[in-house]
Amino acid sequence: MTVVSGAKKGWAERLIERALFLVSLSAILLIFLIFIFIVKEAFPVLLGKVNSAPELEPIPVEKMSALSPEDLQQYLDLTPDQYAGLDESTLRLLMEVKLEEIAEAPKGKDARVNSVSWRYLLKPYQWSGYEKAVHIWQPISSIPKYNLVPLLLGSLKITLVALALAVPVAVGAAIYVSQLASVKTREILKPAVEMLAGVPSVVLGFIGLILIATVWQSIFGYQSRLNAFVAGTALALAVIPIVFTIAEDALTSVPPSYREAALALGGSKWHAAWRIVVPAALPGIMAAIVLGFGRAIGETMIVLMASGNASIVSLSVFESARTLTATIAAELAETVFGGHHYRVLFLLGTLLFAVTFLSNFLGEFIIHRMKGRFEKRIEG
Amino acid sequence: MDIKTTNRSPTVEPLSRSFDRVKVDWTSLLMTVATGFCVVLILAMLAVILAYIGWHGADAFSLRFISSGVGQDMFDAKQTGVLPMILGTCARVMLMTLFVMPMGVITAVYLTEYAPPGSRITRILRGAVNNLAGVPSIVFGLFGLGFFISFVGGGLDNLFNADATAPHFRSPALIWASLTLAIMTMPVVIVATEESLRSIPQGLRSASLALGATKLQTITRVVLPQALPGILTGGILAVSRAAGEVAPILFTGAAYYVSGYPDSLTSQFMDLGYHIYILSTQSPDVQRTEPILFATVMTLLVLTFSLNALAVLVRSLMRRRIRLAV
Repeated sequence: MTVVSGAKKGWAERLIERALFLVSLSAILLIFLIFIFIVKEAFPVLLGKVNSAPELEPIPVEKMSALSPEDLQQYLDLTPDQYAGLDESTLRLLMEVKLEEIAEAPKGKDARVNSVSWRYLLKPYQWSGYEKAVHIWQPISSIPKYNLVPLLLGSLKITLVALALAVPVAVGAAIYVSQLASVKTREILKPAVEMLAGVPSVVLGFIGLILIATVWQSIFGYQSRLNAFVAGTALALAVIPIVFTIAEDALTSVPPSYREAALALGGSKWHAAWRIVVPAALPGIMAAIVLGFGRAIGETMIVLMASGNASIVSLSVFESARTLTATIAAELAETVFGGHHYRVLFLLGTLLFAVTFLSNFLGEFIIHRMKGRFEKRIEG
Repeated sequence: MDIKTTNRSPTVEPLSRSFDRVKVDWTSLLMTVATGFCVVLILAMLAVILAYIGWHGADAFSLRFISSGVGQDMFDAKQTGVLPMILGTCARVMLMTLFVMPMGVITAVYLTEYAPPGSRITRILRGAVNNLAGVPSIVFGLFGLGFFISFVGGGLDNLFNADATAPHFRSPALIWASLTLAIMTMPVVIVATEESLRSIPQGLRSASLALGATKLQTITRVVLPQALPGILTGGILAVSRAAGEVAPILFTGAAYYVSGYPDSLTSQFMDLGYHIYILSTQSPDVQRTEPILFATVMTLLVLTFSLNALAVLVRSLMRRRIRLAV
């Protein structure tokens, strides 16, 4: 970077520089660690190696030695670590306990269903007592049901409501602040709008629960007080500062010569903004929306408090909804460590990680390309 | 464009032309008002939130409320206080700064001062930082549970108290919550530090190098002191962000109730944000809880907003000082 290279470095300085480099690599390492440790717990489910069916083929204790260690470990619902720490006699005891467990477990068609296999995670199934095939998320029940569709739908519904409310307002405000306001007003308005980002999400959730829910119910008069629309509105408050900041940044990064040329030709400030600056910054605004989506789908406390948390399959925004994030937050504390419910929740985490990773990657890629283009124009 | 406008509104045209070089153009006016309204709407929502909480919170908010422990009845406004939660929140964010500041500042220094711009390693590192910033907070919670508690904590248990019946390290604790938050807020520190490092004129570095200083000496004695306001701002913003986060600490350290105050790295703690969640969703009597709920929300807001205000203040004060010095 610098032209002057300075005095000759000693060995100590070289060593310190190496150390700085290694520490800075930790950001990359952390992303990997997060990925590995989330996926690790979800891996057996991803590969379809977990069986949640309460009714199993009972295996007599004498036949224990005939089983392979992996099969035995899976049969006894143990993690590899737990299995490694047990001796022969304890395993024998566990086999007996398992036999009793199987004898007491619910029986029938439903009880043989392995609801953590991909077929039951995604496709509807007609459980006994239901008139047609349904998508159900019901992990705490004698026969746990882990269909992800209600959660995916809930997450998408609330996120889309939030984006639909937040994007026009945030982009409009970004256009005003960056293009139409005077420099002095701009310096007051920008930090003022960004103050909204300083409100903790648990406070926004609380506002959704107490204030927004009451206001919307008195206006729309729907049945369930907490629903996707209430959560979406509260979530919009969290998304607005993100979209605003990125869109404003994109608009400001458009070379001033673009705008000045438009103004010199007799266009108004608005015309210069709308016909010249906004089209030039459009990739950046798209990126703002993509990154806002990532933030919205990963937000936890707001939706946990304001959405009602009922896992219903419905397209109406005035019905209660349960999201991926809220499900993890509400259920993980009650799960058995290493059990199938625990693993399915980590599967949800993997899904969230993947979705936000992709949206981030896409958003950053778009911004990078846009700014690169502007720089080239200025140089060329 | 000109001809079109003239055709459309012949009555407006001659008037405006005599007054102004730029014609009065109703679309422009309307859209300026509309976009300005978006700004007003955002500010109004912020004002409503703050006023609503301030208005309702003022009843139960008192010096006694923020300076006394949890009473016999956690949901009774007259008996209970939030001091343990304030201390818990402060403890976890202060511990967090110990981890996040060195890591964040070093990464930023490497990125701006050493990394060859545009090289593959720089691009990957930047991408990693950006992605770290976008990982949902609940996923950090899962990571804290899977990595810190069961992997690191479990490992420590195996090493130091293999024969103990109850796990000592392999359980939610202050230290695990702080570490999880440190990872989450690292991008905030990195971005703020990078920004302030980049705003330092290249001439200062060149001058130091020309006087015979090594690169490391230049960074530690010239660049970093100049960048201090930016670094401090980043730190304060990270603290403010972390103070309000609840999702990452749900499984890594926050507790529904702990008697007394957090006193060791491996103890669980009560937390302001988590307490708000509990009060608003698990109270047996909503009417009775409401005053303390509002007062607790107000406490958290006062905490995070004063931190934000401090960040702005530090930035402007230090800027003025530097300007005077130059």
